[in-house]
Amino acid sequence: MNRWLPYPVLTASLVVMWLLLNRFSLGHLILGSIIALGASQAMSALQPAQPRVRRWDMIPRLIWVVFVDICHSNIAVAGIILKGRRRQRDSGFVTIPLELRDRTGLAVLACIVTSTPGTAWLEYHSANGRLLIHVLDLVNEQDWIDTVKRYESLLMEIFE
Amino acid sequence: MSHTTDLPAWVALIVAFLLVLGSGLTLLGAIGLVRFQSFYERVHAPTLGTTWGAGAILIASIICFSVLQSRPVLHEVLITIFVVVTTPVTLMLLARAALYRDRTEGTPGVPQFEAAGEPGAERPGTSD
Repeated sequence: MNRWLPYPVLTASLVVMWLLLNRFSLGHLILGSIIALGASQAMSALQPAQPRVRRWDMIPRLIWVVFVDICHSNIAVAGIILKGRRRQRDSGFVTIPLELRDRTGLAVLACIVTSTPGTAWLEYHSANGRLLIHVLDLVNEQDWIDTVKRYESLLMEIFE
Repeated sequence: MSHTTDLPAWVALIVAFLLVLGSGLTLLGAIGLVRFQSFYERVHAPTLGTTWGAGAILIASIICFSVLQSRPVLHEVLITIFVVVTTPVTLMLLARAALYRDRTEGTPGVPQFEAAGEPGAERPGTSD
């Protein structure tokens, strides 16, 4: 990108954030834009790896898939807590080999896996790409591998 | 909250339903935190509070104040984003500390240390 706009997405998000925190007005738009430009200049001094989004059109689909899964697992985990010890339940560790290597993609995957009740991201081994997650209600290991693989394939289309 | 009476009944009903749903799920998460047996199981319970628990309360807040002030009040969206983005950081910190403790103590049922060149470990791109 050019010198004045090193991180266009970051700059745009900062302007939107400023306008959400304040009322929308021309004055706040200008003030927010100046602050966003200054902040992205400061960010470029840190030189973070620039994430490249290749397929914007896949993002709504990913959000929808994750939203539906979060609704389902909220009900599932609430049920497990309510049933207490009356029901036999196995929790356990699942190792998933990942092909996704993009850092931003992995960060988004961590957010998804963590915010879905019932799965917790424990450890990622960057040398061999193996992810260790903990599953609260482990009936079939393959189901959980398929779930994470589905997010992974969407993220690979978006970021790689 | 002097303007609460200005809220139309149907809006009040939706807001009340979302508030009960959100706080109920957060309470369930807290109960789960007490009831579950191991550290790794307990980690799952509070996620109820950070997803639909916080989500429903924030949607209720958006609806309530948007109707009261007759303009979209959306800054609650920022809370959602920051909650989602920051939870993995603390979770990984706690989980990896717990894993390290259990592995060094040799607790049964916990996956062992994994070396990158370990025999039997799948290399990326070979299978699966």
